[in-house]
Amino acid sequence: MDNLYFQPEIETMERSSLETLQLKRLKESIGTALRSPFYSTRLGKLGITPDSIRTLGDLRRLPFTTKEDLRSNYPFGLVAVPADRVVRLHSSSGTTGNPTVICHSQHDLECWAGRVARCLYMVGLRNTDVFQNTSGYGMFTGGLGFQYGAELLGALTVPAAAGNTVRQIKFIRDFGTTAIHAIPSYAFRLYEVMREMGISPRTDTRLTTLVIGAEPHTEAQRRKIEEAFGVKAYNSFGMSEMSGPGVAFECPCQNGLHLWEDCYIMEIIDPETLEPLPDGEVGELVLTTLDREAMPLIRYRTRDLTRIIPGECPCGRTHRRIDRIKGRSDDMFIVKGVNIFPMQIEKILMQFRELGTNYLITVDTVNSNDEVMVEVELGDLFTDDYSQLQRLTRDITRQLKDEILVTPKVRLVDRGTLPQETGKAVRVKDLRKNK
Amino acid sequence: MTIKQISVFLENKTGRLNEVTKVLAANGINMLAFCIAEATDFGLMRLIVHEVDKAVEVLRNAGFAVILTDVIAIHCPNRPGALSKILESLAENSIFIEYMYAFAQSERADVIINPNDREKCLRILEEKHADIL
Repeated sequence: MDNLYFQPEIETMERSSLETLQLKRLKESIGTALRSPFYSTRLGKLGITPDSIRTLGDLRRLPFTTKEDLRSNYPFGLVAVPADRVVRLHSSSGTTGNPTVICHSQHDLECWAGRVARCLYMVGLRNTDVFQNTSGYGMFTGGLGFQYGAELLGALTVPAAAGNTVRQIKFIRDFGTTAIHAIPSYAFRLYEVMREMGISPRTDTRLTTLVIGAEPHTEAQRRKIEEAFGVKAYNSFGMSEMSGPGVAFECPCQNGLHLWEDCYIMEIIDPETLEPLPDGEVGELVLTTLDREAMPLIRYRTRDLTRIIPGECPCGRTHRRIDRIKGRSDDMFIVKGVNIFPMQIEKILMQFRELGTNYLITVDTVNSNDEVMVEVELGDLFTDDYSQLQRLTRDITRQLKDEILVTPKVRLVDRGTLPQETGKAVRVKDLRKNK
Repeated sequence: MTIKQISVFLENKTGRLNEVTKVLAANGINMLAFCIAEATDFGLMRLIVHEVDKAVEVLRNAGFAVILTDVIAIHCPNRPGALSKILESLAENSIFIEYMYAFAQSERADVIINPNDREKCLRILEEKHADIL
């Protein structure tokens, strides 16, 4: 009989043993972290040593780590191993100022691949499957992250990468692809193009499984994808700071995502008071890495809002589940899998002397594609020449594209028509149903 | 001689043009001539008024983005062929017209011209004894 679990001894470990393992690994993680310039100062100042941690609850006495910490210690300030142990780095997509860089040792990459393999195995993938990954490769962790995980599982892994939908569909048919990883909006795009080509995903392909993630989506959208393709679609959660995909993943019960607690300690905090919240309450997810040696992160504030789903899962896994991501505790938004902060857009806009200071970003779904519209107020008119105004719009669009990696629609608007700067101006209007 | 033309940026939004005319009306400013050019996302309204400075001030105060441009205004007899004669002499001298608009009333028409070479254009018009405002 086929095994249900990739690593049964870990996935179904008794809670008490799991917590003992967490405590042991947490102490090791802190010991490792103290070797990095950043944590040796941050934790050293507080006199923290691995021995300061006697129970898991002691973790709460440690300070948080934020994205700002990563940026201001760019690129290697949090690296805790000698340079000869670091074998790869990934960087976040287009962020303001310094990007965030995460370094990995060989050990880290193996652990990461193991987690991804565990996730894919959980939703039924085996070494006979053909897994096509439509993530961007390169700095995006969704590319190499799934590649190594699916290969470790033994699946034939097609690094199709992003774009060229007609070619993707050809691969799906020619290679007999059984599983695809895609962001939800791209899954819809694949379906639309298949329909235009007269191809039915149900009868003309061997697809059984879709892995969707990196972009917020609703339960209704998942059902729509499942209905369209005639497959099961599973929610995947990860972020580059936590290595990438494979942090939490849905099991066949499709009721919450098991967060791998042998690799991470999760906390849910109130983003205002920073106090811990009980299971079931929505707050900000805070994660501590337990098996990363090149760059351990202690109490990292993910800014993602979710809750821990109380109770046991019928699948038998003891690792607790988080709910699908409900939003952000900062103003970041995600379009086509790319993280975008309003500050990035503001920074570009402010470089144009022709523009005023008010702007509004609207994200909406147009023909099942997420689109970003940037409306910006003109300063005073600087020209009577039509083509110069159009050139300005084009220049803004191009520079924004370079920064946020998504081509926005730019509109010049009259002064006084956008929300004023006074107080907390709303800069982002997210009209997507899936936000 | 050239005269000052006011250009107003117009967001493509219903009623935006009406707001310009309303502001001018409220301040007792009369338009002598105007034209509107539009693209997909925005338009430009170009207008000639007597009280240029006042018009600019009230429009800016009302939140409009405006700019002043020097343009050439001529009187042209309101009869067939009159404008054609003027334009012909400009074309012969390689003057390119960026844009132009006109208002005809009884005996004459006011023609506003924005050429690529303003100085040269004025010189030719003078040579041809055009009635420059």
